[in-house]
Amino acid sequence: MPDSPATTHGAQQAANSADPANFANFADPANAANSAGAEQPPYLLHHFKSASQQADAAGFAMWLFLLTELMFFSGLFTAYLIYRNWYYTAFVAGSHQLSVVLGATNTVVLIFSSFTMAMAVWCSKTGRRRELALSLTLTFLLGLGFLGVKSVEYREKFENHHVPGRHYSLQSFLYPQSDPQIFAEYHDRPLPLDEARHTEVYFSLYFLMTGMHAAHMIIGLGILGFMILRARAGAYTSGHATFVENFGLYWHFIDIVWIYLFALLYLISRH
Amino acid sequence: MSSHTIVSLPDQSTARIPKRNYLTEENGLLSWLLTSDHKRIAILYLISITFFFFIGGALAGLIRLELLTPQSDLMAADTYNKVFTMHGIIMIFLFLVPSVPATLGNFFLPMMIGARDLALPRINLFSWYLYMAGGILALYAMITGGVDTGWTFTTPLSTHYVNTNVITTGMAIFIAGFSSIFTGLNFIVTIHKLRAPGMTWFRLPLFVWAHYAASILMVLGTPVLAIALVLVALERIAGIGVFDPAKGGDPLLFQHLFWFYSHPAVYIMILPGMGVISEVISTFSRKRVFGYTAVAFSSVAIAVFGFFVWAHHMFIMGISNYTVLVFSLLTMLVAVPSAIKIFNWTFTLYKGSITFETPMLYAFGFMGLFTIGGMTGVFLGTAGTDIHLTETYFIVAHFHFVMVGGMLMAFLSGIHFWWPKITGRMYPERLSQLAAVITFVGFNFTFFPQFILGTLGMPRRYASYPPEFQILNVFSTAGATILGVGYLLPVLYLTWSLKYGAIAGNNPWQATGLEWQTQSPPLTENFTVMPVMDHEAYDYEWLERQTLASQSEANLSQAKQEQALGKEKEVPRAG
Repeated sequence: MPDSPATTHGAQQAANSADPANFANFADPANAANSAGAEQPPYLLHHFKSASQQADAAGFAMWLFLLTELMFFSGLFTAYLIYRNWYYTAFVAGSHQLSVVLGATNTVVLIFSSFTMAMAVWCSKTGRRRELALSLTLTFLLGLGFLGVKSVEYREKFENHHVPGRHYSLQSFLYPQSDPQIFAEYHDRPLPLDEARHTEVYFSLYFLMTGMHAAHMIIGLGILGFMILRARAGAYTSGHATFVENFGLYWHFIDIVWIYLFALLYLISRH
Repeated sequence: MSSHTIVSLPDQSTARIPKRNYLTEENGLLSWLLTSDHKRIAILYLISITFFFFIGGALAGLIRLELLTPQSDLMAADTYNKVFTMHGIIMIFLFLVPSVPATLGNFFLPMMIGARDLALPRINLFSWYLYMAGGILALYAMITGGVDTGWTFTTPLSTHYVNTNVITTGMAIFIAGFSSIFTGLNFIVTIHKLRAPGMTWFRLPLFVWAHYAASILMVLGTPVLAIALVLVALERIAGIGVFDPAKGGDPLLFQHLFWFYSHPAVYIMILPGMGVISEVISTFSRKRVFGYTAVAFSSVAIAVFGFFVWAHHMFIMGISNYTVLVFSLLTMLVAVPSAIKIFNWTFTLYKGSITFETPMLYAFGFMGLFTIGGMTGVFLGTAGTDIHLTETYFIVAHFHFVMVGGMLMAFLSGIHFWWPKITGRMYPERLSQLAAVITFVGFNFTFFPQFILGTLGMPRRYASYPPEFQILNVFSTAGATILGVGYLLPVLYLTWSLKYGAIAGNNPWQATGLEWQTQSPPLTENFTVMPVMDHEAYDYEWLERQTLASQSEANLSQAKQEQALGKEKEVPRAG
């Protein structure tokens, strides 16, 4: 039924013995001249007056959903704030284990993917079918690239036993010289045992925050894949750009979260 | 119309349920499971929350049976832990949170603002599926061993010391939580974007205002609970150390995150109930709600203050004295908007033409019991008394007065009030009045003794207790039995009324809301003509003028109308 509102609408009209002109007035009370309903696009759901009202409602809902997402991440950001205050030295030492080069690369990749996503929204609104599919595909590839770089970083953490849990190792923090490259860059002093142990909290938060972010990326890529298939079949370019637009909002949101993560996890302790 | 009732039913010999309505629009199981009609989704919710309510109720029965005697003899102590935990989880997440919003809110919020559906009908259906997935997962966790942390999942108990289904249950709540987020989101968008012409913010029924406030809490609070549960699960699975003191984490952080949702959650539960009470009090005293604007804003104020009081659950958990002081003061603030509501309802009654139909009886029950529950909340918000009373039966009595005495009364009030609109048939009035009285009496027998038990020092969450507490516990268990009868009766007679109840007609209560100005049960599209709101909310003079006008019109042009509209068509009342 939701996929064919126009036909059910028509069937209801026929079944209803009330004045059909009045009935159509529900759809467009401001413009009674058009009350025949011929002007209404097929994707308009039966409870909206106009396509713009429908798009408005969907956009508003998306912003609210992003607010929900923000609250979801805010729990982690709160934890980060508190523990960084408590365990400052451990957070600095932990942060030095991350590769700023890889983090910066990923930031560039993601910002560029936001650009291609914005292009996709523009193509969808201006009815450029081929370009839409291209921009979406580029966004998809860039997203995939981001996850690729992330997995390289994760692998390194596994190899160095920096993943919290039973196999967590304090070696890098008790004996900084054991990582010659990092030692050459930062000249970290060895941490006392109790402070070194708090690096596990840092890496817990690192994996939680980037992991939650990556989970959102993966969901986003799934939706992108679906959109690419539909866009190649010609969807989204006939005036109904809501879906692309709202997904764009989601994609930019993930992008912004990453920018904060990059600053808080990689950059803030780089001195 | 006699002086002691306002019920005006159509002539039963000729009245019929309209052939075309949302119940008859389509048939078959799939037409229900794949529907996007907010009214049908509300019915789906009504059936499922009733199911979970009776499971939670049965668990409550087991708790009361165990506490009949001082020894732990009906079940082992750890089984008792699992029973009260599941009772709490089912009642809170699967019954109280969705009770009014997902059923009555889903059904009537769009109708009250003159819309055809919620803004996102498919998301609405999706949220019901999420709810069911969460509910079934919770039942699965219960059957395969249960969980014994209490509904609060307190760390490090939940992360290190228990070996029960913490993760599965946490996941169930996580999923059910998203159902609640989507419902709240849908309501906010609908209220903003789909109001009928002339339906300004200050013409909205107070039911809608209350749902708006509750929706803000759902959208902003629930995700924080979600992340807290994810962290507990990951701490168990992967050994990350955010809450683990051995690794430098702090268990208190979990409490902050958990109560940041779970305190606002009590307002998610109570606010929609308050919305119901506003509608019922106004209808059965034939008066506009006194201080409409104040009542509307008090809902929003409760929602806003609600976000800044969470640490009053943690006064004995090792937070600083200054924190205690600040949160104690903020907690007192919540009493102000709550009192505004109670006082305004009381003034609505003043010089009103009060009648005592069942919804009104429940509403009176709500006002009395919620006042007691709210006032004892002030005791608990006061740091000194809280340290004495917390973790005793006093707190159990307090939140049951608010949740059961308040919210459940409001839910039953609303179900009876709108039953004629939902089904097109009346419930049996005498029997339901009796049920309302039984519920009230049973409730007080069950929970009042618990206040005394608490002040005497009986701790909560234990299967056994010193023998001197037995007499009050026997009172409580006896009361629970009466209460059980009070809840069973409505299920029986409401089901009976589906077939045998009197035909209700459009507006049996002569209420003013837009939902009453259309046929019962409503059409799938709610209104044949888009309603235009040309009067204030609760304007009984407008209703009278409408009725008179449509009667004279009907008399004048009856023949012409029958020709134009067909002989079954009733006279439209909305503009």
